[in-house]
Amino acid sequence: MAFKSEEAATAYWKANLRLMLVLLCIWFVVSYGFGILLVEPLNEIRIGGLKLGFWFAQQGSIYVFVALIFVYVWQMNKLDQKYGVHEE
Amino acid sequence: MDIQVLTFILVGLSFALYIGIAIWARAGSTKEFYVAGGGVHPLANGMATAADWMSAASFISMAGLISFMGYDGGVYLMGWTGGYVLLALCLAPYLRKFGKFTVPDFVGDRYYSQTARTVAVICAIFVSFTYVAGQMRGVGVVFSRFLEVDITVGVIIGMTIVFFYAVLGGMKGITYTQVAQYCVLIFAYLVPAVFISILMTNSFFPQIGWGSELANEPGVYLMDKLDGLSKELGFNAYTEGTKSTIDVFFIAAALMVGTAGLPHVIVRFFTVPKVKDARISAGWALVFIALLYTTAPAIAAFARVNMINTINGPEMTGTNYSEAPSWIKNWEETGLIAWEDKNGDGKMFYAADERNEMKIDRDIMVLANPEIAKLPNWVVALVAAGGIAAALSTAAGLLLVISTSISHDLLKRNLMPNITDKQELLAARIAAAAAICVAGYFGINPPGFVAQVVAFAFGLAASSFFPAIIMGIFVKSMNKEGAISGMLAGILFTAAYIVYFKFVNPAANVPENWLFSISPEGIGTLGMLLNFVVALTVSKFTQPVPEDVQHMVESIRFPKGAGEAHQH
Repeated sequence: MAFKSEEAATAYWKANLRLMLVLLCIWFVVSYGFGILLVEPLNEIRIGGLKLGFWFAQQGSIYVFVALIFVYVWQMNKLDQKYGVHEE
Repeated sequence: MDIQVLTFILVGLSFALYIGIAIWARAGSTKEFYVAGGGVHPLANGMATAADWMSAASFISMAGLISFMGYDGGVYLMGWTGGYVLLALCLAPYLRKFGKFTVPDFVGDRYYSQTARTVAVICAIFVSFTYVAGQMRGVGVVFSRFLEVDITVGVIIGMTIVFFYAVLGGMKGITYTQVAQYCVLIFAYLVPAVFISILMTNSFFPQIGWGSELANEPGVYLMDKLDGLSKELGFNAYTEGTKSTIDVFFIAAALMVGTAGLPHVIVRFFTVPKVKDARISAGWALVFIALLYTTAPAIAAFARVNMINTINGPEMTGTNYSEAPSWIKNWEETGLIAWEDKNGDGKMFYAADERNEMKIDRDIMVLANPEIAKLPNWVVALVAAGGIAAALSTAAGLLLVISTSISHDLLKRNLMPNITDKQELLAARIAAAAAICVAGYFGINPPGFVAQVVAFAFGLAASSFFPAIIMGIFVKSMNKEGAISGMLAGILFTAAYIVYFKFVNPAANVPENWLFSISPEGIGTLGMLLNFVVALTVSKFTQPVPEDVQHMVESIRFPKGAGEAHQH
């Protein structure tokens, strides 16, 4: 057993799932939310020459995706350290 | 120098580089052949994954597709990048900890069943073959247009190069060639984009340029100009779509989930040393992919404005055919552009309504873009080398999945468990060589359905692999009965829907006949949901999961000890 106790293993897994779900919510909101479902109201707002909803569908969501993965990596590495399950 | 000589030089140099790498990175064991020895740096793996993922379709076709679809083209941009978030958060780290060689390995071991393994092998081979035929075709098209050789000769040259580094080096050779190919393809994609962006909007970054004002019409934003032009010519406004919201939603989801379930992408995360590396590697992969994917919509918009202006002229009255730029005539020879002088005025005109006299294939937008923008010849040659790099890198990754499926999943883990490592390696090489020949055959004689089956590949991956793997990790109580019935339900439903609308009754393929108005491209999402529901229901009423498998699931949920798991 890599964890100190059963409770630690459960707590680690719960923290992992919570992080994952929060990030997936953001993932869903920027792509399916802003880029598809809310595209029309958002198109009323403009950044430069681009309508916001259109921009999220074709470019903005991709930037957020990249950021999400790096936040996940950073948070998970911290979590692994905290529970002592990181690799040597 | 003329375009053809320059293209020969640039393509020749890139081939010499790939062969050099292949000789340097020969594989000595099955571990090197399947997962490059498991020692690839995460940054290099990210780059290789990006090249592996971005195929001839991404490089050649995608921007053209967006150019003609406008807002609706966003499903490809979101769909083919969003899947990496799923991969990084839900799949890659756990599969790396599991630490075997292939996706069927995981499915077979996690569901303690040869049947599950066999279903997975068949899916993996089918998905990969559909994909690889398209890649070989892409190589042939680039060769025939730029080097004016026969498509057959082009495909054979491409096969020989892939043969060299895939058979010799396996995953190790492929990985390091893909790194080189990524550099070639991204350079080739960005250079013309930057040039055109500067010409049209005075902005160095295409990602910013497409939201800026036009250089020759200050005060007018490029996108407003494009919306205006589109409406004037009878098209929809570029920034508005024509597909229904639900369909866009389901297509984007099918592409995302399909991406996360494609075996040739997943297997790349087996090549890094640690779980930590698998996570960050997915991040790097997406950074490298995003570089191309955030440029593509800008290219699409630039190309559309340029094309309309060139054909219809600045006054929007048409351009005399006798004064047409050379690219129009060059591409006419390939049959991808056609002009029919309907009103007999000797002028070309492009529109959505009865004024239209042009037939323009979407696939030429990226390849012809540098010529349309009157860029120097070496840029045109560079795009040819980039297109070939994109096609070859993806083809190699897919061929490896096919060969490992046969030598490892089918022979070693199923039919002939007693063969030695050397024999297995030989089998892998023979399988790779055979797969290249089959792929080449389809490249030369493409079955009419190649373009149709792309939806198939994603739908299939989304409705079969993805749920099976996700539940394998996150639902400890998922048993083999549940997983197998889920996979079968998902695949059969998705395949039946696609086959019906694409092959059996294509005439009926209109929104009125679709289930919940979801097109065949998006049906994989529904297939995936069906897979989850069936699997969860069946598993409630059948045998619980054995103790040792439950322990295995627990052990893949944290990183520690990944190194040892690899030496099985």
